[in-house]
Amino acid sequence: MNYLEFFSMLPEISLLAVFVLIFIFDLVATGHRRRIFHIMTSLLMLAQIAVCLSCCDGEQTLFGGMYHNNSITSFMKAMLTFGSLLVILQSHKWLRNTHSYYKQGEFFILLLSTLVGMYFMMSARHFLLFFIGMELASLPLACLVAFDKYRHHSAEAGIKYILSSMFASAVMLYGISFLYGTTGTLYFDDMVAKIDGSAMQVFAMVMFTAGLGFKISLVPFHLWTADSYQGAPTVVTAYLSVISKGAAVFTMFIILTKVFAPMTKEWQMMLYIMTVASITIANLFAIKQNNLKRFMAFSSISQAGYIMLAVISGTASGMTSMVYYILVYIVANLAVFGIIETLEHHNENVELTRTHCNGLYKTNPKLSLLMTLALFSLAGIPPFAGFFSKFFIFMSAFDAGFWVLVFIALINTVISLYYYLLIVKAMYIKPNEAPIPEIKCDPYSRISLVLCLIGVVLLGVCSFIYTSIDKLV
Amino acid sequence: MEQLDFTILILALPLICFVVLGLCGMKMSHKVAGLLGSITLAGVTLLSYATAAIYFGAGRNMDGIYQTITPYNIKWLPLGETLSIDMGIMLDPISVMMLIVISTVSLMVHIYSLGYMKGEKGFQRYYAYLSLFTFSMLGLVVATNIFQMYVFWELVGVSSYLLIGFYYTKPAAIAASKKAFIVTRFADLFFLIGILLYGFYTGTYSFTPGEAVLISAGAVIPIALGLMFVGGAGKSAMFPLHIWLPDAMEGPTPVSALIHAATMVVAGVYLVARMFPIFIDFAPETLHIIAYVGAFTALYAAIVACVQTDIKRVLAFSTISQIAFMMVALGVCTSTDPHEGGLGYMASMFHLFTHAMFKGLLFLGAGAIIHAVHSNEKCHMGGLRKYMPITHITFLIACLAIAGIPPFSGFFSKDEILVACYSYSTMMGIFMSIVAALTAFYMFRLYYLIFWGKSHYEEQLSQYNAGTLDKKPHKPHEAPATMTIPLIILAVITLFAGFIPFGHFVSSNGHLYDIHLDWNVATISVVLAISGIFMATIMYIKGNSPITNAINHNMSNIIEAAYHRFYMDELWLFVTKRIIFNCISRPIAWFDRHIIDGTMDMLATVTQKIGDVVRPIQSGNVQSYSMWFLGGALVILTALIVFA
Repeated sequence: MNYLEFFSMLPEISLLAVFVLIFIFDLVATGHRRRIFHIMTSLLMLAQIAVCLSCCDGEQTLFGGMYHNNSITSFMKAMLTFGSLLVILQSHKWLRNTHSYYKQGEFFILLLSTLVGMYFMMSARHFLLFFIGMELASLPLACLVAFDKYRHHSAEAGIKYILSSMFASAVMLYGISFLYGTTGTLYFDDMVAKIDGSAMQVFAMVMFTAGLGFKISLVPFHLWTADSYQGAPTVVTAYLSVISKGAAVFTMFIILTKVFAPMTKEWQMMLYIMTVASITIANLFAIKQNNLKRFMAFSSISQAGYIMLAVISGTASGMTSMVYYILVYIVANLAVFGIIETLEHHNENVELTRTHCNGLYKTNPKLSLLMTLALFSLAGIPPFAGFFSKFFIFMSAFDAGFWVLVFIALINTVISLYYYLLIVKAMYIKPNEAPIPEIKCDPYSRISLVLCLIGVVLLGVCSFIYTSIDKLV
Repeated sequence: MEQLDFTILILALPLICFVVLGLCGMKMSHKVAGLLGSITLAGVTLLSYATAAIYFGAGRNMDGIYQTITPYNIKWLPLGETLSIDMGIMLDPISVMMLIVISTVSLMVHIYSLGYMKGEKGFQRYYAYLSLFTFSMLGLVVATNIFQMYVFWELVGVSSYLLIGFYYTKPAAIAASKKAFIVTRFADLFFLIGILLYGFYTGTYSFTPGEAVLISAGAVIPIALGLMFVGGAGKSAMFPLHIWLPDAMEGPTPVSALIHAATMVVAGVYLVARMFPIFIDFAPETLHIIAYVGAFTALYAAIVACVQTDIKRVLAFSTISQIAFMMVALGVCTSTDPHEGGLGYMASMFHLFTHAMFKGLLFLGAGAIIHAVHSNEKCHMGGLRKYMPITHITFLIACLAIAGIPPFSGFFSKDEILVACYSYSTMMGIFMSIVAALTAFYMFRLYYLIFWGKSHYEEQLSQYNAGTLDKKPHKPHEAPATMTIPLIILAVITLFAGFIPFGHFVSSNGHLYDIHLDWNVATISVVLAISGIFMATIMYIKGNSPITNAINHNMSNIIEAAYHRFYMDELWLFVTKRIIFNCISRPIAWFDRHIIDGTMDMLATVTQKIGDVVRPIQSGNVQSYSMWFLGGALVILTALIVFA
């Protein structure tokens, strides 16, 4: 084998290079040199996005078909890297405080290693590579969740995450072993010929999906979500809710359509149940939530249900609308978490509840406006990006014949509108004697919030984005 | 044509201007905001003229028509295999003509407002709204498909709402803006249904879907086009949906000039003209219904205009009547050949063009007068010709134009409309000629009441000197240059626009058409116009003449009814408040309160109960999480094995 072939997996290689650079810098740099750490990481991430985008026209297959990178995968990698960049920008203030200042490098390294794992997970065409990628994406996340280890909640969230994650992995491995037993191979391409829909394979599929459903936090595999989201540092919660979820959804789409193609009827039914359950149950819980981070946890479970509408169709247009949905979801959700992060810091790390938002408009009109737009986008109100992304996933599910499902999802959209608007109402209408005082954002989070704002406003209106994703698929 | 790529700027500039003024307007001084708006619009106007020069300069193609050019068209929302909503820019003779009309009038209004709105609170907001309106209106006329048109149509409605309600502390303005919005929105509902029908049966939102598709859609097309016309009738204030326009005069006067005289209200006419090829081939009956609606509206509005006392109301009803003229002209077309029954199309567009100029001029003139005497009522005016010479002359030019006296522009366009009406049927011709005579009458009534007769100021002054009035009255004064210059420019255009060989640019089949006067019709219309002016002269030049009093006395019932616009507003209120509210809304409200809310309340209670039941699941206990995890997976597995 020619070792130069390794360079065919350019996104992974370059991300590893970024990883190594940061690692060495963390070891070597001392004193005032560390000041450039944050900006350097951000720029490296920017370069990494460029690398991923440059791979968008071409396909690479390596290691006898274990690894496969095509244009839409590269684009997806670029998107996730972009999301991570936003998270890194938002983390600046938090990393400056005394507890975690010396751990700045650790944060970046852990974050990047999960990203490497996701890259491999998305490009894997072999269950072993897939599993290694997934574990690489999961284990460092547990450290990240427990990053504020002296804070009781963070540590608790970390332990809950790692225990649940282990359990999910075990279940998934069990499923994969059944697959291996019935087909005799771990390569996706070889396996598909031997999938016949026997009871054993149905069992394997359910167990496998349960493992991935854990990462996506689909009902009934979602129970860890609220606790971990609440306890984890807010930037990590943001990362969990979009990046890790996005990668898992993408992988699920690929594996279901590639490996389980002969069992389409079965997995569509399975997803049907999980989608309805996720959207509905999460909505019911979200209505009652007052704690903002827990609220966003349930919101993200219900959003995951919506993304499943795109997966369930299994068509090319489903793929396009899914990638587009994730992109829109990244900007809208990170905008909300960015604001929560900002508010938390100026509120002496008290856990935010909806009542804290009361009267926010009076003191922080710009933040309130962005929050409103982001929530509108999450709820799917035109003309913001979220409307278009919902529109496209509904279209793809509708075209595939799931019109009852679309109808259920539509009703749930109305319910979700109610609880998203509760926050808007709190910010603009509810009176408050002592609202959170005026906040001055640090330049890093300001950049990330502005990027989110641009995304929320323009992603929908500029239709060429959807069409260009469509061309990549 | 690549050199037309710059047309995107025509839309982008006002939009950017709106965003800038909307976001940072309050930080600017009045002067900067006003100049920014005006300079942007000047740029847009130049670009529009350049577009027209390039477009018409490129000449006709092999078939002898001006080619339709689409410099931009992007697929915005793909809805199905063929159906998609596009956004873009389309240039053809009428859209280029509209670009010129809109940008010219809008520029005049921008400049004029620098003087008229000086010192008003919310000056920057005013200019932001003006930019938004201009953007939406331009987007409407260059739309490449009916859905884009609808999107901008609604934007136009919103910005019109904002501008009418500009003085939001005045209850009348708020009521007027709501009324305008609700009435036009009600009409737009039919428009939307029409569009959806059209899209569903033809599989496209394009203006030119192709013969085969239209034939297969069959009987739906006349219905869809008819529904679209209802939307157009709402915006263009056709009877009985006209009720919002007179009230909309509560907005600042320059706004009335821009929106309610020159641009937005002709959107309905433009819509019919846009769909004209389909109308004429597939729904000629619908087209003729439009003609009858238009003819009735023209007469109705002209009669009402004869007795109004508020000068802006007179102009508002005059606008309704004139727009109805354009609708009639389109409606009486029987073929696409301008030599055989298709003349109306060209006449309608020509009248749209000239009317925009002279009606804009009339409104801006009225604004100058209101600015001088601080009142809309005719009784506070009179004898103003001495005090406001420029306004007087320009107003007179506009009155002559609208009355149809040669060589002013209105004569030429109105004459073409009358020719088209006579060629459709003699009855229609005579009917519209009478309305034209009425037009001359009410316009000169207005003119004499404002500029001739006893001066209200002098009366008050003599009372003051005699000691019966405590306050010294304001002396009316000529408006500042920022206001008179637009008046003069528009007056010059009104003087000469009639000589534009309009048929060389716009005609129903696109071929070159030479306008030639039909001397019989021209003579009749000039004689009628002069007799209308003559009647107005003897009745109103001296204030209260004996003839006027006699007429007022003998016809007091009719005059009273006409003054109250034949009680159309009351009728609408009766229909909405008594019939719709009581018979439809109340039962629905009851249903909503008790059935729907009841269901929702029950759902909420059940949800909370379920929440309480399932809450223990979310216990924070990791072991139980794992149990649920596995249990859930097994339930799904069982479901799959049992049901799949």
